[in-house]
Amino acid sequence: MKVDKKYLVENVLANNSGTFTNEIKNQLAYLRKDIVDKPIIFIGAGTCGLGAGAGKTKEVVKQYLNEHKIDAEIIDVGCIGFCSVEPIMDVKLPGKERISFQKVTSDKVIDILNSTFAGDVPKNDTMCAFRQEGEQKWNDIPYIDEHPFFAHQKRIVLQNCGITNPTSLEEYIARGGYKTFLDTLKNRTSIDVCEIIDKSGIRGRGGGGFPTGKKWKIANAATSDQKYFICNADEGDPGAFMDRAVIEGEPHRLLEGLAIAAFAIGATKAYVYIRAEYPLAIERLVKAIEQATEWGFLGDNINNSGYNLKINIKKGAGAFVCGEETALIQSIEGKRGMPRPRPPFPAASGLFGKPTIINNVETLANISDIMKFGAEWFSSFGTATSKGTKVFALSGKIVNTGLVEIPMGTSIRDIIFKIGGGIPNNKKFKSVQVGGPSGGCITEVNLDVLVDYESLINVGAMMGSGGMVVMDEDTCMVDIAKFFMDFIQRESCGKCIPCREGTSRMLEILESIVKRPQNIKGNETLERFKGVMRLQELSQVIKETSLCGLGQTAPNPVLSTLRWFRDEYEEHIFDRKCRAGVCLDLRTFYIDVEKCTGCMVCAKKCPTEAIIGSKKTPHFIVPDKCIGCGNCFDVCKFDAILIQ
Amino acid sequence: MDTEFERILQHYPNAKRDSLIPILQEIQEEVGYLSEEAVVEVGKHLALPTSKIYGVATFYNQFRFEAPGKYHIQLCRGTACHVLGSSNVLIELQKHLKIKAGQSTKDGMFSIEVVACIGACGLAPVININGEFHAKVTQQSIKEIVESYRNKV
Repeated sequence: MKVDKKYLVENVLANNSGTFTNEIKNQLAYLRKDIVDKPIIFIGAGTCGLGAGAGKTKEVVKQYLNEHKIDAEIIDVGCIGFCSVEPIMDVKLPGKERISFQKVTSDKVIDILNSTFAGDVPKNDTMCAFRQEGEQKWNDIPYIDEHPFFAHQKRIVLQNCGITNPTSLEEYIARGGYKTFLDTLKNRTSIDVCEIIDKSGIRGRGGGGFPTGKKWKIANAATSDQKYFICNADEGDPGAFMDRAVIEGEPHRLLEGLAIAAFAIGATKAYVYIRAEYPLAIERLVKAIEQATEWGFLGDNINNSGYNLKINIKKGAGAFVCGEETALIQSIEGKRGMPRPRPPFPAASGLFGKPTIINNVETLANISDIMKFGAEWFSSFGTATSKGTKVFALSGKIVNTGLVEIPMGTSIRDIIFKIGGGIPNNKKFKSVQVGGPSGGCITEVNLDVLVDYESLINVGAMMGSGGMVVMDEDTCMVDIAKFFMDFIQRESCGKCIPCREGTSRMLEILESIVKRPQNIKGNETLERFKGVMRLQELSQVIKETSLCGLGQTAPNPVLSTLRWFRDEYEEHIFDRKCRAGVCLDLRTFYIDVEKCTGCMVCAKKCPTEAIIGSKKTPHFIVPDKCIGCGNCFDVCKFDAILIQ
Repeated sequence: MDTEFERILQHYPNAKRDSLIPILQEIQEEVGYLSEEAVVEVGKHLALPTSKIYGVATFYNQFRFEAPGKYHIQLCRGTACHVLGSSNVLIELQKHLKIKAGQSTKDGMFSIEVVACIGACGLAPVININGEFHAKVTQQSIKEIVESYRNKV
C-alpha cells in the first residue's frame, strides 16, 4: 500500500487509540528508514559537514553507485553534532542495522562502501551502529548509546538531528511529529498549555533563563486584536551553533514547538528571526513551512479547530544586540536594532505595539515533547531550579568538538573530559569560557560545578546560549578578554553612553596592556597604569548603568579573567610577557648563534636596524630597538631566529 | 541598473517600514552592495528619507556600500576560531592580498569581510568563499586556498 498523505492523516494523526496495528507500525518503520528495501546512504550535510567535505564525499558515493550499478538512495541529513569526526556517512542495508562511519573524506568512500556491501566493515572508520529492532546486528560495533561522546548525553532537542531526513515531513510524522500539535488544538485550551509548560519548569534557553510558562501566561492573559510570537534564531553568540543544527537537522520540530507556543498565547502570526549567515538553515526552514502549510498544519482553520497561524521568516542583518528582545522587535519593524527600556514588556506591548512573546529555538524545540510526555517527564531531568536538558556547543582546544546535550546538573568536568575527551596534544587544561561574550571562565578549581542557571552564575560564568570554548595552556587569557571586548565594543548599539564609550575605553586599556613597550610614546606608560587601575571600576559602572543585557554583561569576560587569571594580567603589565606566546607584540626575538650563518638578510629586512653583526658571523638583536614585527623570523632560511 | 531596482521593488507593493530590511537584503543579494542610487530608490518607494535608510543600513553588519570582489572571502572571527588562531590567518590574508578587511583588491578579484560567527565552530578556523567553506585554515594553507580561486577561470 502506498503511504500517502491521506494514509498518514487517517491512520496516524487522527488515531486516538494510542496503539497502531502491526501494518501501520511497519509502514512507519519504512518511513523512518528503520526497514528498507534497498540500501540507503545518509550523508551528514549540515553546514559543518559540508565544510568538512561532505559534498565531495557525496559525489564519490554517487559515482560508486553508478559504476557498480547499485540501486540505492542517497539522503542528505542534518548534523548529528559530532563535528570533529565529520564528514559522517551512514549506511543502511536491507535487513541490517544502520551503521555510521566517521571522517569519511572522499578518498575513503570506495574502501568503506566496498567492505560494507561485502558484509564486513572497517572498524577504524566506524563510529557506531543504531539499535533497530528486528534487524541484524553488525559484529563488534558499539551502539550509539555506548559511544563515549553520546553515552553521557540525553538528547531531546537533538534526538533526530543527523538521523532523520530534514526535508521529509512524512518522516517527521512517522517519528511522532505534528500529532502533539493537532491533539493540543483539539483537546486543550490555550491556558492549559501555558500551565503545562509552566509546571514543566522549562526556562528560556537563549541566555536570560526566564521561566517560559510564566512569560506565556502574561501574554495569554493580555487582550488584543492581534498577538505575535517570535522565534529568536539570531544565534549571534560567537561560539554557539545549536540553533543552526536544530533548524538544519529537524526544522519541523521547531515549527511544531512554535505552533504550539503561538496557540498557547493566542498569536495568529509568528516570525522566525534568523541570521542571514545561515543560508542552509533558511532554505530548510522555508521548505518546512511550505510543507506544513500544504498539509494544513499552518494556515487558516488548522485541522478544523478555528485556529489560524501564519509563520514568516525574517532574515537578521547581523547585529548581536538583536538577540535582545526589544532590539529584535525594532529590527523586524525595519528600524535600527536598539533596545528600549522595559516596562512595558513585549508580552504587554511588543511588535507593532501588540503583545509579543519571544523564545529561542532551543526552548521551542523542547515544547512538543513536553506536551507529548507531560510536565513531570520533563522536570524529572535536571536540578531543583533548572529542568530538562541543555545543549552546549563544545569547541576550541578539545578532542571531541560538537554539540552536547546533557541533563541539567551534569558537571562541567564530565562534559569536558568524559564527553569531550579532554585536551588534545597532551596539553594542560586552563579554562573553559561558558556563555559567550556575556559569560565568564570556569577554571580547574570550579570544574565540578553542576550545570544549572544559578550555579554557573555563582562561579562567575553564565548559561548564555550555550557556547563552551575550551582553552589550554597555549591560550592567553588577556587576549581572550581583549577578543570579547573587541566584539562587544563593535556590537554595542550606541544608545547608552556607559556601554558605547565604556567598552571602547576598556578595549583601549586592554590593548595598551598587550602593546610593545618600545612602541609607547610620551606618558603613555603612566596612562597605561592608570587605565589598569580603573579597569575594574569601569566594569562595575558599565554593568550598573547600561540599559540592556548586552551592556550589563559586557564586562563579564574581563571581570572573570581578572578574577581567575590576575597573575597573567600582572605578567603582561609588569614583566611585559605573555606566557602563552599569543600576544604578538610581547614576543621577544633572539638569534640562535649556532644556526646563524651571518647571511645578513634579516639585518637588511629589519625596519629599525635592531639587528647588528657583520657578514658570516652570527648576528645579534638589540632588544631595545626591536619592535617585534617578526620580519626577521619570516625571512630567515636557517630557522635561526627564535621567539620567546 | 534602474530596472533592476524597479524589478526588486515590484516584489514589495504597498510596502511599509517593516519591509525595509528585506528590500535592502534583496538588493544586496542581486547587485552585491547598496549603491547611492539604491538607497534613493528605496527611499522613494517606501516614502522614507534617505537618511533614515542609510541609518538602518549602516547599523547592520551585513550591508556593504562598495562592490565586493569576484571572490568574497568571509573570515570567521568567532570565539572558537579565535582560540585556534584565526587572527593570524587574518593577518596573513591581509598581507597576502595587500588589502584590509572590508576592502576589495584593485583588480576586483577578492574582498575580505570579517564575520562574527559562521556557526561551524567544530571546523575552526573557518572561512567561506562565495558560499564554499574551508575548514581548519592555517597561516600556510590560506595562501594556497586563495590562489586556487585566482587560477579558476
